[in-house]
Amino acid sequence: MKLRVAAAPHLVTRESTRMLMLDVLIALLPTTAAGIYLFGLRAAWVLCASVVAAVVSEFLWQKLMKRPVRVGDLSAVVTGLILGLNLPSTVPLWIPVLGSAMAIILVKELFGGIGHNFMNPAMFARAFLLASFPARMIVFALPERLLGASQALSGVDAVASATPLVMQGNWSYMDLLLGNIPGTIGEVSKIAILIGFLYLLFVGTIRWEIPVLFAGSTALLSWIVGADPLAAVLSGGVLFGAVFMATDYATSPVYTAGKCIYAIGCGIMVVVIRQYGNYPEGVTFAILLMNCVTPLLDRFTVRRVYGTVKKHA
Amino acid sequence: MPKKNSMRSIFLNGVLTENPTFRLVLGTCPAIAVTTNAMNGVGMGIATTFVLLGSNIVISMLRNFIPNKVRIPAFVVVICTFVTIIQLMMQAFVPALYDALGIFLPLIVVNCIILARAEAFACKNGVLASAVDGLGMGVGFTLALILIGGIREVLGAGTFLGMNVLGAGFEPVLLMILPPGGFIVYGLALGIINAIGNRRSKVTAAGKEGVQA
Repeated sequence: MKLRVAAAPHLVTRESTRMLMLDVLIALLPTTAAGIYLFGLRAAWVLCASVVAAVVSEFLWQKLMKRPVRVGDLSAVVTGLILGLNLPSTVPLWIPVLGSAMAIILVKELFGGIGHNFMNPAMFARAFLLASFPARMIVFALPERLLGASQALSGVDAVASATPLVMQGNWSYMDLLLGNIPGTIGEVSKIAILIGFLYLLFVGTIRWEIPVLFAGSTALLSWIVGADPLAAVLSGGVLFGAVFMATDYATSPVYTAGKCIYAIGCGIMVVVIRQYGNYPEGVTFAILLMNCVTPLLDRFTVRRVYGTVKKHA
Repeated sequence: MPKKNSMRSIFLNGVLTENPTFRLVLGTCPAIAVTTNAMNGVGMGIATTFVLLGSNIVISMLRNFIPNKVRIPAFVVVICTFVTIIQLMMQAFVPALYDALGIFLPLIVVNCIILARAEAFACKNGVLASAVDGLGMGVGFTLALILIGGIREVLGAGTFLGMNVLGAGFEPVLLMILPPGGFIVYGLALGIINAIGNRRSKVTAAGKEGVQA
């Protein structure tokens, strides 16, 4: 028998950055597959360009700055894939490349690499691209193929169209759920996102608070201001943002109370931007805004250490 | 400090060593807000240089008459005078630039570069030295604004000083001429310039150590 002598802690888990990122990638698989199925090969090219650009720019930057190369932790792959899933399938390929490079270099590496970014790199890149090339970023194709029963779209190849947020009432709940709607590659198929969500919950990569409260507060507030709550959650990027982007470890609060405030803040911002802002969709900006508040939330919601006396202000 | 220094080093101090935008990080509000193109940078820079030069000269002349306790209000009155002059002049002769700079032209009054130089230099030094300091700081500020404005204009509009430089195939990155672009370009320029400066001073220090050893 082989005995090993080692210092505590003796409980070894399989958890490492690489494993966590791998879990996220597995959870993103259904969404990616659905996006490619719905929007065709074009979507695959966009995702490919975005992932490759993210990995290459991280590698080149770390080589250039003579830092240890940490491409192997797969975090750049996740950033690239999430950015790609946030783009319409119609964009020219230099858009995901530019976006990934900005996300990795400007937001992640310049602030100190993985774990030190103050906002979600993929979200920043999407906001950057949306503000820089508005005409390219809002051309959404109708899905080439449809999942399940849907309205007849036969005889049409690909039509640039407004998302359900702009043209409300044209789609049934079933279409919204399955993804038979125009939108970005990853956000359309809610079923695929929910499968990913359940996987992440099951393996314990994320906790339920942020996604559930984010979507819940969006629905509740939409209902209060007089919009259809179910359609509000199912159209646009609320679910995708709530599951995959708002839950980013580095940019979301650590403590449960902070997580709750953060998620509800995201929901409020989404509805405010959708109802009263210039943009039809506000998930990106809502998450970015709440990312910036995260350090404050962490400070306010620090838990009392067991055995210490509660501080009186 | 500056008594022994020649006029040349006072001037270069403003342009390089203590560049108001990149080394002292003063006057960042106009450096971010008006630099949507290089021409705005030139206009804002010249206006600020004029005010700096004028206020430094007048405050230096009056430095023995201004009671210490009310020196800040006195400085502000002098600065206001020059800001009003440049504002009326620009409104009369370059109305397009006047409109482009908007509120940031009268706001030169509260630009910290000008008050800082009055407080730190002009009220302690002679007229000629103060004039050179004002000119150096003004030129340093102008160059910084042209750098930031130039980068933002080239990337955000594909032009430099209104001339098309990147060809028709280039798709302008609109964000660069929006406010976030100002923060991004200013931050990056600040970081790069200070990294170069630090490396240079490290090299000089290492060199000196080498000589001593």
